Order: sequence, then C-alpha cells, then structure tokens
Amino acid sequence: MGSGGGSYEKDLNLEATELRLGLPGTTSSTAATDQEPEARQARNNKRSLVDRCEEEASEDASRALQKDHDSAPSSKAQIVGWPPIRSYRKNSLQTKKAETETSSSGIYVKVSMDGAPYLRKIDLNVYKGYSNLLKALENMFKFTIGEYSEREGYKGSEFAPTYEDKDGDWMLMGDVPWEMFMTSCKKLRIMRGSEARGLGCAV
Amino acid sequence: MDPGKSRDSAETARVMQFPNDVLERILSLIDSHRDRSAVSLVSKAWYNAERWTRRHVFIGNCYAVLPQIVARRFPNIRGVMLKGKPRFSDFNMVPPNWGADVHAWLAVFADQYPLLEELRLKRMTVTDESLKFLARKFRNFRALSLVSCDGFSTDGLEAIATDCRHLTELDIQENGIDDISGNWLSCFPENFTSLEVLNFASLSSDVNFDALERLVSQCKSLKILKVNKNITLEQLQRLLVRAPQLTELGTGSFLQELTAHQYVELERAFISCKNLHALSGLWEATTLYLPVLYPACTELTFLNLSYAALQSEELAKLVAHCPHLQRLWVLDTVEDVGLEAVASNCPLLEELRVFPADPYDQDINRGVTESGFLAVSLGCRKLHYVLYFCRQMTNAAVARIVQNCPGFTHFRLCIMKPGQPDYLTNEPMDEGFGAVVKTCTNLRRLGVSGLLTDLTFEYIGRYAKNLETLSVAFAEGSDRGMQCILDGCPKMRKLEIRDSPFGNVALLSGLEKYESMRSLWMSACKVTLSGCKLLARQRPRLNVEVMKDEVDDGQSYKVYVYRTLAGPRTDAPSFVCTL
Repeated sequence: MGSGGGSYEKDLNLEATELRLGLPGTTSSTAATDQEPEARQARNNKRSLVDRCEEEASEDASRALQKDHDSAPSSKAQIVGWPPIRSYRKNSLQTKKAETETSSSGIYVKVSMDGAPYLRKIDLNVYKGYSNLLKALENMFKFTIGEYSEREGYKGSEFAPTYEDKDGDWMLMGDVPWEMFMTSCKKLRIMRGSEARGLGCAV
Repeated sequence: MDPGKSRDSAETARVMQFPNDVLERILSLIDSHRDRSAVSLVSKAWYNAERWTRRHVFIGNCYAVLPQIVARRFPNIRGVMLKGKPRFSDFNMVPPNWGADVHAWLAVFADQYPLLEELRLKRMTVTDESLKFLARKFRNFRALSLVSCDGFSTDGLEAIATDCRHLTELDIQENGIDDISGNWLSCFPENFTSLEVLNFASLSSDVNFDALERLVSQCKSLKILKVNKNITLEQLQRLLVRAPQLTELGTGSFLQELTAHQYVELERAFISCKNLHALSGLWEATTLYLPVLYPACTELTFLNLSYAALQSEELAKLVAHCPHLQRLWVLDTVEDVGLEAVASNCPLLEELRVFPADPYDQDINRGVTESGFLAVSLGCRKLHYVLYFCRQMTNAAVARIVQNCPGFTHFRLCIMKPGQPDYLTNEPMDEGFGAVVKTCTNLRRLGVSGLLTDLTFEYIGRYAKNLETLSVAFAEGSDRGMQCILDGCPKMRKLEIRDSPFGNVALLSGLEKYESMRSLWMSACKVTLSGCKLLARQRPRLNVEVMKDEVDDGQSYKVYVYRTLAGPRTDAPSFVCTL
C-alpha cells in the first residue's frame, strides 16, 4: 500500500487532490482517466485537499474556543443537520408552518350591524376566542351583547351576534367550538330587535 | 479432548456429536441474530448446522460484506435486513448519490434466494427498477419495509402492488421519494386478500378511497393500517368498521367538520376496535375530535402524537384515558405541564420522545424544559428510553432524573443550542452526563449535547461499560476526550461525532478498536487527510472513506470508517475517496 516513509508523505501533497477510487498506489487505468480531468480542474481551482485540511485544523481550534462566546451570529445561522431531525419530519414541520403562516396572514370577514351606515372588516385570526371577539365588536360598534347560554342564546340585550356559514345559513355565534367557527365563518352580522330574539331561542 | 479429564468435557463431546438433523432442529428454534452468531463460533459442526438453519440475516452495514459471501454462507435465507448509509444521512449530512444501492444485492439474491420472502431496508438507495426487479423475480415475496430510503417513486410501488401476489406487508416510512400519484394502491389485484400490514402514512398523494376501502374489507388478516394525511375522518370511520381487528392504526387528518351523527359514528367505530394497542397519525388533531379516541385508549401501549401540535390541556385530557401507555411520542407544544400530566397518568411508561415543533427558531422560549423531564422521571419509574429536545437543561436535573430512573438503556438528550451550558450555573454539562453513565449501568445508547469538556468523555470511558452507540455534537475539549471513549468503552459499536475538536491523535488512538466496531463517523472535526491515510495503511480491513463537501466551504471534511470484508467500495462516487 505504498512505500512508507518520508518521501511518500511528500508525494501526498500533490496526489492528495486526485480523488481516486482505489487504494493509494494502485493505478487502475479507467479510474485514472475518469478522474483526471476532474482532478486537474480541482488542482487548478482549489487548494489541495491536504493544505485545506491542515489550515482548517488550526482555524477549527480558534473557532472552537470562540463558539461559546459567539452567541449572537451563530444562533441566527442555520447549521446543516442541526438539530438532528429526520428530513421527513422537518419537511412536515415546514409545510405546517407555511400553512399556518398563510392562514395567519388573515381571515378577514365583513361585519355588519343592523342600523349602522357602513360595514367593518376584521381579521378573525387576531382573536383568541369568542369572548375576545365579542368584546372587540362591542367596542367597535358601541353596544353591549347579553350573556351567552346554550339554551337561550344571548340574553339581556336586544343584540345577537350571528354569522353566515359555508352553507349560507345564518348561525348564532358561540354554539360551535372556536376553531370550527373560524374555518366556517364567511361574514358576521349583529342582529337587533325581534329578528335577533328569534335566533336566540332555537338549537 | 481427553474423555478421562472431567465429566464436563465428556458431556460437551457428546453434545457436539449430536447427529446433524437433531442439531439443526434445535438451532432452528433460535431467532436472535446475536445468539446465532455465538452459536456459529462453537465448533465447525455447529457453524454448519447454524448456517443451514438460518432463515433471516441482518447486515448492519451493506458495505461490510459482499452479497455473494452472504449467499455462500447462508443457503436458506428467507428474509434479509440491510442498513446502508451512515445515520447522519438522515440529517442531510451525506450528499445524494453516496451509494448503498440495493440492486447489487437483489441481483445476487435473485440467483441464490429465489424464494426470498422478506426485505427490510434502512437508509438504502432503492430505484424503481430495483422494485420492479424485486416484484418480477421473487415469486414468493411477502414483506417489504423501506425506512428512510431514497431513489424510488410511487411507480415502483405500483410494480410491487401489481406483481407480488402473496404480499403481506408493505411498510413505507419516512423516505425521500418521488410521490407522483396514489395510483399504486389501485394496482392491487381485485381478489387480493393477503395484506396484514399496510403503512403509507408518509406518502402525500391521494389514493383512490374506494380501492382502499375494498382492500381493507377483503384483507381479513389486516392488523396494521397506517393511512396518509389525505384520508379524512369520515373515510377513517368507514375503514374502521371494516377492520375492527386492527392492532395498530395510523389515522389521517384529524381535522374535519363532522355532523353530530358522523361524530357518533366515528366514536362507535373506535369503540369497536377492541384490539388497538398502537395509535399514530392524528395530524392536526385538536380538542374537537380527540375525545372519540378515549374509548380506544384504555388498552393503548403506544401513542404517537408527534405530528399533532397538542397543547398541554389537550394532552392532559387524552393521557388521562391511557393508563397502560408504555411508549409516548409528542411535540414540545405540550410543554412541561403536559409532561406532568403524563407523569400522573401513565405509571407504566417506558419510552418518551419529545420532538421540537419549532427547531430552527432560536429566539422563542417555548417547548419543554428540565422540569418536564424531571416530572416524568418521578412519575414513571420504568422509564428507560428517552429522546428529549429542549432549550435548557441543568446538571442537577439530569442527576436527579437518573436517580429516579436508573434503568436507562437509551438516553438521548438534545439541548438545541450548540454548546449551551447548564443555564443556572453556567457550567458545562459534564456532571450531568457523568451522573447518567455512573448511575445507568445498562446504558446502551447515549446522545450528548450542550457544553461539554473532556471530563464528559472521561466519565463515559470510565463508567459506560455497556455503551454501544454514542452521538457527540459541538463538544469542546481535546483529543484526550475521544481517546477516553475509545480506550474505555469495550462494547462500543457505533460512534458518530460532529463539530468537535478531535484530531489525528484521537483518531489513531482507536487503531485497536475500529475492527470491533461497526463504524465511526467524524465530520467537522480536526482530523486531517494524513491522519486518515495513516489509519488506512495500518488497518487494511477497514474502509477509511473521506468525503469532500462542496456546499460547506468551511468545515468540509467528513470521515467514515467501517470494518469490512469486502475491500474498498467499487461504487463510490467521485466525492468519496477511499484511502
């Protein structure tokens, strides 16, 4: 496997850039001709593999010492293969993130209030739940909504918050879980008067 | 052997002179690979009896031996398991076209094992041509399992479904493949009934649901069914009513608007699955429909929620129904509170894996911490396997955790910020991992992280006498650290190190060691080409492969060393140099 000793070590520096498929010292002709153009190019364009490695070795040492104190820049850069998560899982996390990002760019729905001259638009994503949303609507339109109960809807005020769902039906807000509401709500309408009372009794 | 010497040697002589067919009958009852290897070393007679009776062969590194040699030694193989690329290829650290192509093996098997029934591949390259070849050449083929493989497309799966008339298992997991269409499922013949395992959870194309429904109703022996995300809850219900005998289920998407009636039907379907002990999938599961699972949870031993971003209350409610849980995989969205609920409800827990939902965002402070892990160790005393991704950890917590659960066999802790110290004391994590190896005498696998000095590795070398697999990343210290491991861990088989300051001295200190190991991986360390050449020269029965990485211009040096009887690879690509 080569003539050991000092002279071979010197030869290494040139032959090192030749990426051969065999053991050092073998001269398979096909391997050599296949690799020649690439190796020549490698030699011309890049430093030799050995030189590079020895240089990196010393760089590495100083880098290793710095690593601990160098928090800001290195924490922002994404390191290849770290944290160690399989590609499949990584990809599904990324698609999940993309999906939530596009949806969190806004679920805008129109809000109308009976008697108000113009409509408003709100982003449902901004709100954490029904109480959050209702409070915002109360502020927006300067009115108060009654107390919600499953049996009787919104009691204690002449207003009832409703929404149009995917099937085109007008539903009372609050009956279904928040997530389901968010995905099925097309527009909001704050009903008032007798119309509102009619909705509040059903279910 | 002198028969007069002792009764023992006379006994031994008699046993060793068993007629071959008796010996073979006895040995055919032995399944474990390690036991069989031990058996084959006893004597020539036993070696022969063992090789004739072996039905399954496991090859942990496809380049360690030539397929022809395997076939020559074991003439009656029915099932093969092959592993290919180094484990770090799972994390994109090995360039594509590295190798581990199964075709050379299939060509030999077609000749020598025409009755081959099972093929299980991990981290191998499998082309569509290979799959078509497999389907064509092996008339008795039954079980195909592909985990973390690449190189094929759903076209190859079509060939399997069409031509493998006796297929019992099709298990496709987490592969990097070309998902062209779901048509492959429709390629199963009309009267096909033999399927027992079907896992296509990681494929993304739509399959024809009618074909799937028909397949499930016809295959009465179907035990394991894992569908992909595109299967809706409504469709899942229809599948479940046709397969109440399932023992393992992977659901599709768990988010869909169901009517009250559909909800009840789904719940009823889960109730009818009385044999379910493993559950996975559950994409996008929320509080909305998780309750339908509750009736099925009482007998669950394995719950994989790692694709469902559950919050702590959601998990708490769910695990309250899982008293027999042994293995749990979750995302860190459940936070410490969620893990505390696990600790209170699952006393039989043996394995916990917590994956990060947001691994690349360094700024956020969510996820799990040392207190979640600690809570689980208090409530689940049988815990012995943990994979834990977190953003902060302390030595004291780790020490207490292993004090509570000294039976750890697999301890894989990933503090996600490289080189991060104990966040309370600012010290390295040496003492924590020291406690792990001192206390857990059965430790077989260890993954270390955080700020580490040579001291960690001194501890490992001194105490981890059963350690077989060690993963090191972003450690500090010197050559001495790696030397301690190589000198001290007699059972070391797989050592993988990245971005750590170990150089040629460390590499060469393992000269006596590497032939007793399966492999060594070192990347972005301080090893140089001359060190590798020295190693290669001294140990001709090792392949010392060096990879040039064009992408990363800084730390572009990867070394993969493995023992082999096959000599240097003949299929190495241009960027791999065998020294």
